[in-house]
Amino acid sequence: MTDFDGKRWHDMGGDTAGPVRPSEHDFALWEKRVDALMVLCSTKGLFTVDGLRRAIEDMGPDVFENTTYYDRWIASINQNLIEAGTYTLGELGAKMDAVAKRGATYGEAASE
Amino acid sequence: MPHDHHDHLSPSGHPYRPDNDEPLSYWQTMEIAVRELLIEKGVSTAAEINAQIDAMDARSPADGAQVVARAWTDPAFRDRLLANGSDACREMGFDIGALHLIAVENTAQIHNLIVCTLCSCYPRNLLGMSPDWYKSREYRSRAVKEPRKVLAEFGMTLPEDVQVRVHDSTADMRYVVIPARPDGTDGWSVDRLAGLVTRDSMIGTGRVKTP
Repeated sequence: MTDFDGKRWHDMGGDTAGPVRPSEHDFALWEKRVDALMVLCSTKGLFTVDGLRRAIEDMGPDVFENTTYYDRWIASINQNLIEAGTYTLGELGAKMDAVAKRGATYGEAASE
Repeated sequence: MPHDHHDHLSPSGHPYRPDNDEPLSYWQTMEIAVRELLIEKGVSTAAEINAQIDAMDARSPADGAQVVARAWTDPAFRDRLLANGSDACREMGFDIGALHLIAVENTAQIHNLIVCTLCSCYPRNLLGMSPDWYKSREYRSRAVKEPRKVLAEFGMTLPEDVQVRVHDSTADMRYVVIPARPDGTDGWSVDRLAGLVTRDSMIGTGRVKTP
């Protein structure tokens, strides 16, 4: 026997969980950019919201502990764009290296 | 753009928020890289991305409050809203996109609550970006199983004779709650009524303000 209950981790309706904490935050610029990239990529037909969800659902249950909401979104957007052939894994790696060398803060790294 | 530490303006010309001075995270690095690659590949432009951010920033619960207040004052609009939420909101000039928006009305006997158990679907085109708790494991898991307990945690204890209806959203089908018009507002203008409508009252986790 396994302890698999027949549904994947994201299908959490009805699960036992703790109290709802009334948490909120103002969205940072980088989060708004991730949101905008998702809307634009789906509007342009590069992938769908179902594609976004599929990659997030494949991340496994511990992503709620290890990542934030928009961390997961950019990871999924990136995976979908590589799958769509928009750019290659090699191009992504080179670009991320170049970005990281620009500075230690988001403000610095986001300025070319 | 010159790499100038004193020039803390984003490409849109706005100052960076203080939290942009925190150490660069891996995922932020990826966001910058993905965005720049999309621009270099000709998929999008910096201006288009900024315009999309501005469009999202322009959406807020005040939009939904206008819809609710109109429904309270215009019975024919209310009927159209309940028949086809997307079209009724479009009629008021709101960009609902391709979403199927369903308006569910609270009454003295029925209280509606919206959730997305599978992910985080929310009527974002009408209310703006969703609060963090809406996307939390706790809310997603429990809203469908023990909604009265969840509502009590938001400070709403409903009488037992009020039926609670929980609506589980999908990517293509979103809900918005039309709260009941409070007593003591006879003759109020639409704008004054709209001022009573809170974001949480349109999710179902809060009440409208008391007149």
